[in-house]
Amino acid sequence: METLTDGQIALRAVIVGLIVTFAVITGFAYTTLLERKLLARLQARIGPNRAGYIPIPRKGKRELRLLGGFMQPAADAVKLFFKEDPTPAQADKFVYFIAPMLAVIPAILILAVIPWAGPFTLGKLSFTPYFAIAPGVNVGVLFVLAITSIGVYGIALAGWASNSKYAVLGGIRTSAQMISYELALALSVLPPVMLANSLDLGQIVEAQRGLWFVVLNPLAALIFYIGALAELQRSPFDLLEAEQELSAGYVVEYGAMRFGMFFMAEYMKMISLSAIAAVLFFGGYRGPFVDQVPALGFVYIILKIFLSLCLMIWIRASMPRLRYDQLMQFGWKVLFPLAVASFIMTGIGIVLFEEGLLNINLGF
Amino acid sequence: MFGEILKGMATTLKHLFQPPVTDEYPEKARPVSARFKGRHHLHRYDNGLEKCIGCSLCAAACPADAIFVEAAENTDEARFSPGERYASTYEINMMRCIFCGYCEDACPTEAIVLGREYELSFTDRAGALYTKEMLLEQAKPGAIYINTPVKVEPGTFDRAIPDMENPK
Repeated sequence: METLTDGQIALRAVIVGLIVTFAVITGFAYTTLLERKLLARLQARIGPNRAGYIPIPRKGKRELRLLGGFMQPAADAVKLFFKEDPTPAQADKFVYFIAPMLAVIPAILILAVIPWAGPFTLGKLSFTPYFAIAPGVNVGVLFVLAITSIGVYGIALAGWASNSKYAVLGGIRTSAQMISYELALALSVLPPVMLANSLDLGQIVEAQRGLWFVVLNPLAALIFYIGALAELQRSPFDLLEAEQELSAGYVVEYGAMRFGMFFMAEYMKMISLSAIAAVLFFGGYRGPFVDQVPALGFVYIILKIFLSLCLMIWIRASMPRLRYDQLMQFGWKVLFPLAVASFIMTGIGIVLFEEGLLNINLGF
Repeated sequence: MFGEILKGMATTLKHLFQPPVTDEYPEKARPVSARFKGRHHLHRYDNGLEKCIGCSLCAAACPADAIFVEAAENTDEARFSPGERYASTYEINMMRCIFCGYCEDACPTEAIVLGREYELSFTDRAGALYTKEMLLEQAKPGAIYINTPVKVEPGTFDRAIPDMENPK
């Protein structure tokens, strides 16, 4: 294991960061396409299939069009670039300008601490203790929770800076929803931390060597997932960004690419929180044969993120929206006590296990 | 509560494995009904003469004022329709037309009929005016007079409608 100078560590972090960011931005673009097509298929229709396709001419029948619609994200991006970009009169110009950035940047920052693969060596480079933009951050979980909380600023400021009644109401209600569910989210993150004895995300993944934490505390996984859905304003908690209610909420005064940035923030957070869920509960990059072939770790975590995204889209297709007061009631009166109960139970379980009274084969 | 949520999710999952109900237009067009009111046609008799006599009852009946008719007198050298008059100018403004079919109901000779085409887009306002040439249909095979105007013997057509067989 070589010792690197600080400059080399920083350079490596920048390069890995660029790779991961570009990969996730492509992933975000195709997540929008996945959402549209999967949502369409769940509703017995075809999603967008005209934007780009591979034509295969057939004799006698209509030509076959493969991968219909794979250029749809590019088409959407081009459309957003060309739309008019208005600024409302008497809006706070500086805040209006930076609010979308304040929404997007935390969404991407969470990716800094996610372990994408286990330790491996590529020629002269060795990625220990795990492959991430910032490996070895020993307060990884705290970092994630803190950055998620900063994401609320972008939305509250966007609502405020738009100088419009609907936007302000939407922004305030959205921030209230987000901070209420952050509480349940933070509490549901505690069981994996207690089971792994560390806040470092890489250590948490390593601690799932024998058994995934979702098996040990499924309630915490469920609460984390529901809290994440509410944090992202996804269905069934998306009252505040629905077009029918509150005329699109806090983004009503944002046009073109600024709206695109909020859109991007939502989908990047979807990917980031799916990755955190995979790391905390579903074993991250662990899977069969990952010790022998470390590159399989990438495949496993991407597969888990993909399945989690499909689950989010499936839930969106199936459930009606919660009204705002039902949403707040659920967050404070149901989810928060359940989260407290779940981590108390995990604590009791750990003590009993250490005292030898509870014998669970954890596999290591 | 969770049971119902899971039942709902099972229903949507079922749709994932069923074929979608989308008709992929324009590759596959849905057939229209029998009395579908599409683009107008100016019909001819079986012998090839135009049915339209230029009475402009259709223009009077049109609620959107979309039809413009100018009548002129048939001569035996240049005969368009049996009878005294024909429509020398017949224009329908497709931007005004509401496809209600009142012109079809008002026509005494069943000349103007709404057909089944609905792909009627145009690229400028002038393209919205459908003239008589665009609306008049071709003579059916077996017609004596293939193209109007025709030159006929004086006295052949003295009634407004030609001799026709009774419908069976």
